[in-house]
Amino acid sequence: MSLFIAKRFATLVLTLVFTSAIVFTVMEILPGDPALLILGIDAPAEAVASLRSQLGLDRPPVERYLAWLGGIAAGEFGQSYTYQVPVWDLIGDRLAITLPLTLFAMVLAILAALAMGIYAAARHNRAGDLAVMTVSQVGISIPNFWLGILLISAFAVGLGWFSAGGFPGWGAGIGPALQALLLPAISLAVVQAAILARVTRSAMLEVMREDFVRTARAKGLSRRAVLWRHVVRNALIPVITITGLQFGFLLTGAIVVEQVFNLPGLGRLVFSAISDRDVEVVKNCVMLVAFLVIAINFAVDMLYAAIDPRLKAADA
Amino acid sequence: MAEAVAATRPGAAARRAWLARALRHPSFVAGGILTLLLVGVALLSLVWTPYEPTSMDLKARYAPVSWSHLLGTDRFGRDVLSNIMAGAQLSIAVGVVAVLIGVTLGSALGLWAAARKGWVEELVMRFSDFAFAFPAILSAIMITVILGPGAVNSILAIGIFNIPVFARLTRAAANSVWTREFVLAARAAGKGGFRITVEHVLPNILSVILVQATIQFAIAILAEAALSYLGIGSQPPQPSWGRMLNEAQLQMYKNAWLAIYPGIAIAVSVLGLNLLGDGLRDLTDPRLVRQR
Repeated sequence: MSLFIAKRFATLVLTLVFTSAIVFTVMEILPGDPALLILGIDAPAEAVASLRSQLGLDRPPVERYLAWLGGIAAGEFGQSYTYQVPVWDLIGDRLAITLPLTLFAMVLAILAALAMGIYAAARHNRAGDLAVMTVSQVGISIPNFWLGILLISAFAVGLGWFSAGGFPGWGAGIGPALQALLLPAISLAVVQAAILARVTRSAMLEVMREDFVRTARAKGLSRRAVLWRHVVRNALIPVITITGLQFGFLLTGAIVVEQVFNLPGLGRLVFSAISDRDVEVVKNCVMLVAFLVIAINFAVDMLYAAIDPRLKAADA
Repeated sequence: MAEAVAATRPGAAARRAWLARALRHPSFVAGGILTLLLVGVALLSLVWTPYEPTSMDLKARYAPVSWSHLLGTDRFGRDVLSNIMAGAQLSIAVGVVAVLIGVTLGSALGLWAAARKGWVEELVMRFSDFAFAFPAILSAIMITVILGPGAVNSILAIGIFNIPVFARLTRAAANSVWTREFVLAARAAGKGGFRITVEHVLPNILSVILVQATIQFAIAILAEAALSYLGIGSQPPQPSWGRMLNEAQLQMYKNAWLAIYPGIAIAVSVLGLNLLGDGLRDLTDPRLVRQR
């Protein structure tokens, strides 16, 4: 077990270092001098040079890369060029929208997917199954940002039940805040729910063919009892794995959907930083998202190994 | 896997039987029709659209659905149907090129990893792990930051994202072929790794790659639409479904229908390719057929 964890952890660290190297290199290639950007192109050469040394831009790239990594390790994310505040202050506020949105969507997706998947598997090859499969096939094909636009036009513009976008802030109370996040969360959740419903259904069907299910039926348990006590429990293992992978899609999907609903989350921060050429903000945001995705995948790996001991034995 | 090839390759009779089976498969038929429709519309738009997609008619702004404008016009009086038709070109171009980038580079890496094993395989797999951990939209954003927005750069970003997908899939499929007796026989006959890969491994995993290519095609269409919607994909005046949606959102209070058509075009194309992929998978993998 400890060998398995150590191996996975080493991979995690390696992936993070590799990712940071790529992100740093990409930002290095980026044209444009941040010092010129801050001071304007007409700034005198001496002022630019002094700002460059103040920002540390005159140091060699390797040194700056290591300084950046060291900073992250110490919880220090550098200074935004355009806002002149620590990057972490900017990210923290935005994350307070993006993360709840992602988790909200994830909860919706899991609830819908389990209901649909279990229902379809219990009615395998009957009308209910076919209906769920058709609905999920269509759900997979719908772009999340289009769904967002449709929801706005139906429920905000048409019926007036929701505002067309924006966020009142958590200070306005949890009710209004969640209401503002409901439509974005639904647009994010539909595709992932459709995928997860299919995974749940096929995992259930797989388990239903197992001998222990036949044994449970043979000893007189009702269909319903077997379904809930034996099948659903065992089918959850692959479902958990896929859910973990989907976290990354939901998080990056949130970046897109935030644009649709005008939510001041991480996505909007990244896009405005890109147009402002605010390298520090882009670099750290990208790294943070990558870190979250990698860390969640690591956590799922661990969880998976805890549920299914065969995996540890095979890998360690 | 070998059975799948046996079903698809030898003899005209077997081919006819396969085709007959395929034409009875609902997903394959429905997906095939929708995909042909997409390709047909794109080809037709190369030679004919009702109006020039970019031509503006300020007297006919926000025209409703009518015989002269079957899907109406937008805020500049541009014909919506013509733009939808021309937008299909971009979607297909993105899908084809992005999948080709992924298939050629990714499958080559996967085949190499399976043939060489050892450190090569380890390296290829670690690279795939990394690329998987790095969300596609993020890499697209970074590539756009360096190269600037545009259709070509978004194709490149989506294509790069496809490489690890095909590398992983090809390696796994190739590994299973490498353990089979006929490969052992080929090795005993003195064939080298490259020849075995080309003559025995590749033909046996082509169907798996083809199925994945169909699915990735659909994903590429979705990704391009998202990038164009965000304004970092194709740029005006290139007609694009994603950008039409972006513009439609601004005009939602004027004409909500403008947001409907491009979305349907995207969803129908993606649905068609997904159904086609599902159908192909059923038809080429006998193991799955038996399970149904």
